[in-house]
Amino acid sequence: MGGRRYIPLIAAALLIVAGQPVLWAIGRPYYMTQITMSAYYALVVIGLCLLMGYAGQVSLGHAGFFAVGGYTSAVLTTCNLLARQNEFPIRWFRWLGLLVERQDLYGQAMLCFSPWAAFVVAMLLAGLIGFSIGLPVIRLKGHYLAMATLGFGLIIYRIVQGAPVFGQADGISNVPPFELFAGLEVNGRPPYRVQNYYIAWVAVLAAMLLAINLVQSRVGRALRSIHQNEEAAHSLGVNTFQYKLSTFVLSAVFAAVGGALLTHYNGSIGPSEVTVMKSVRYVSIVAVGGMANLWGALVMGIVLNFLSLRGVFGTYDDAVFGVILIVIMLFAPQGLLRMPTLRGISTLFSRRSYG
Amino acid sequence: MNLAQIIQYCLSGITVGSIYAIVAIGFNIIYNTTGIINFAQGEFLIVGAMMAVSLTKVVPLPVAIGLAVVITTVLGGLVEVVFIRRVRDASVLRLIVITIGVSILIREAMLHIWDEKVRSLPYFTGTDVSTISVMGAHMSPQVLWVLGVSAVIVTGLTLFFRFTLIGRAMRACADDRMAARLCGINDRWMVTLSFMLSAGIGAIAGCVISPVTQTQYDMGAPLAIKGFTVAILGGLGNSIAAIAAGLILGLLEVLMMSQFQAAYKEAVSIVVLLLILVFRPSGLFARRDVSSLRAF
Amino acid sequence: MDETFLETKKLHRFFGGLHAVNDVSFAVKRDTITALIGPNGAGKTTLFNLIAGTIPPHRGEVHFGGRPITGWKPHAIASRGIARTFQTTKLFLQMTVLENVMVGRHPRTRSGFVAGMLNLPWTWRERGEIEAKAMGILEDLGLSQYAGETAANLPFGRQRVVEFARALATEPTLLLLDEPAAGLNIYETQELSELILRIRDRGVTCLVVEHDMSLVMNISDDVVVLDQGQKIAEGPPRTIQRHPEVIRIYLGENHVEDPQP
Repeated sequence: MGGRRYIPLIAAALLIVAGQPVLWAIGRPYYMTQITMSAYYALVVIGLCLLMGYAGQVSLGHAGFFAVGGYTSAVLTTCNLLARQNEFPIRWFRWLGLLVERQDLYGQAMLCFSPWAAFVVAMLLAGLIGFSIGLPVIRLKGHYLAMATLGFGLIIYRIVQGAPVFGQADGISNVPPFELFAGLEVNGRPPYRVQNYYIAWVAVLAAMLLAINLVQSRVGRALRSIHQNEEAAHSLGVNTFQYKLSTFVLSAVFAAVGGALLTHYNGSIGPSEVTVMKSVRYVSIVAVGGMANLWGALVMGIVLNFLSLRGVFGTYDDAVFGVILIVIMLFAPQGLLRMPTLRGISTLFSRRSYG
Repeated sequence: MNLAQIIQYCLSGITVGSIYAIVAIGFNIIYNTTGIINFAQGEFLIVGAMMAVSLTKVVPLPVAIGLAVVITTVLGGLVEVVFIRRVRDASVLRLIVITIGVSILIREAMLHIWDEKVRSLPYFTGTDVSTISVMGAHMSPQVLWVLGVSAVIVTGLTLFFRFTLIGRAMRACADDRMAARLCGINDRWMVTLSFMLSAGIGAIAGCVISPVTQTQYDMGAPLAIKGFTVAILGGLGNSIAAIAAGLILGLLEVLMMSQFQAAYKEAVSIVVLLLILVFRPSGLFARRDVSSLRAF
Repeated sequence: MDETFLETKKLHRFFGGLHAVNDVSFAVKRDTITALIGPNGAGKTTLFNLIAGTIPPHRGEVHFGGRPITGWKPHAIASRGIARTFQTTKLFLQMTVLENVMVGRHPRTRSGFVAGMLNLPWTWRERGEIEAKAMGILEDLGLSQYAGETAANLPFGRQRVVEFARALATEPTLLLLDEPAAGLNIYETQELSELILRIRDRGVTCLVVEHDMSLVMNISDDVVVLDQGQKIAEGPPRTIQRHPEVIRIYLGENHVEDPQP
């Protein structure tokens, strides 16, 4: 039903598959790593695009949800429970198959949570926190959520920076690879580079699939209606509060997934992923991609993050995103791809102007 | 804890609380005139202090502070003219994002001009070890400066808004912009003025607290959040209540610090913010009618 | 069978010191068109908003179909079968006309977040129904040629009809119309009258706030008159026309002839 909506998705998939041997051929495999990392950041952006472009809310703390995902995965897969393996909850977890035995750097035996268990916990935790913050704040005017999420991001930053269990300034390293299935694993080491390029992109395309479906569905229509005229939407039976809250929670979970996967890919995570600037970066990307434009957000996310990772912006890295934000908001509030000159190009990708 | 310690803690709380109150008042002035929450409010404090620190190398302290305040005030006006004024169809979302962008720009500019070193102004009177005794408690004379300056700012603003023509014009704009325009008030300049005023008092506050808390380029965002929390606590737009609310938050923070680790100090304001938003979004001192908060 | 369909009991609403709605009780019978009139500032829109759930009353109750709906939120009220239009059209301007009306199907449909994200097969059928029903309403109201047009591009009069269509898409049993004739010329108002009558004959009760007296007198079965927050008269149009209080508030003391009922 509505197969047309999937055309860009298939086109993107083809592009990605074609791109990989090209990258390989030009002898720059490191580009592949950076694109892979950008892809994981893009997961945050996709969720945020749903929140900002469709539910019309700003979150200044999405790096915090990224951190919830990443740090939860990191902590659970690196904390050694071997010493307590006979204690009550630990024994039970082991019996349920949630724990795995592995070895640390020095060959010592370790008993930690399996990456899958940690992943599920990370998503649930992010959803729970998102719900707790959203519940009191979403029914109020937009600035309140913006400020509350800014505060949330700052709290998470302080917590991971200050608490020893999160490694403080050094963060957590030696995070094991994430074995998915059929021998595929999320692993940043060179032999796995090509495999992980595809894994990351599958994750992104899956997220896009869900997002595009949502936007074209009854819920998506309701979200758009809320964004364009909340009072009217409300009078037509749309439970505006519930929809906004659900979208917020969904975007939090997307961010946490990105955080968890990237942490396994990099093998580590640190407080630098949780700064206010990171959160602002995600917001800028969604804004410049066109608030309600999923593909725009994705493309901008990949491009800008890739450039940033390659160091193109130098010490002005953060400033660039700040400038982008302002320039776009002042001159092209519907996003770059919706400006008159570029509109023709973007209509190649979408029949209507949404997603 | 003996009396001296209690007094010490209280003074500490009141000191930092009065700074939060000034930030909150800055929020309120702009909010009242325009309905915008200025996310860059915290940066004005830091810019003012940083500028004063640099200027003290060439001019005496009072002159440095004076100049810094003037420059920051002008900066506030510039921000409004360059960024805010252009936005015709002011959707809340867009304005929020713009002020966020502005705060980033200012912060990054500060980083590149002054780098990430911690700086501070010298103590206004005395040195960093001089103390005054009050009922057995020891405190730095700077504390008196903070309280004094805050009191002067609040009194000055109250007189300004109540008795001067411009002040009343700004209040008119806050009440009903269209009606004010019809009375011949140039509402666009009132908006610019509100930004300048907020920037100016922010700079003063930043300078006076600098010797005590030090100044670093990224301290703007946490200050903004605490100022916002205080503003909400007192009731958004209500500056007199903001004073009381600021003192309350300051004392709460100090209380937390004395009982638990200093690291959780930050958490206090967020928790307070969330609690207030859940139970009493109109603020502690406002009437029950919160319907004006709900429209987007 | 209870003829009273919508009933308000002793409603009060304050705005600060202003007693906007003061002890208003009235009833709307099923399958009728009831008009709510009164001079400006009488409290009509406030009363309207109290019924529609936009603001809660401070005292009193609202009953619909015998059950209380006092203080319910607008979306819940819409689910119960009450739809409304607005004084200033609140269309979703960046969506097409068809999409606007499709949103109106929301309270009668089900697919949620999970089903939407996974694009489950049963949602395909639902979507087809939504689109078909919406298209049907547009055809019924003579708007089908605008279906794919962005709502913002339509002339004002057509926009109003789209808002009508959207409200009808919710399959209401009670339709609240807030000054539907505002800004319409004589011909459009005539069309509107016919439309409202047609809707009533299809089984949708209508409560109309209106200033246009010709519209009110021509189509209403009942009229309720408010002045300064209070109900001062209620009855069929002819009776209201001759009611001394009503004449007084609209035209002044001098026009009251003999105090005849």
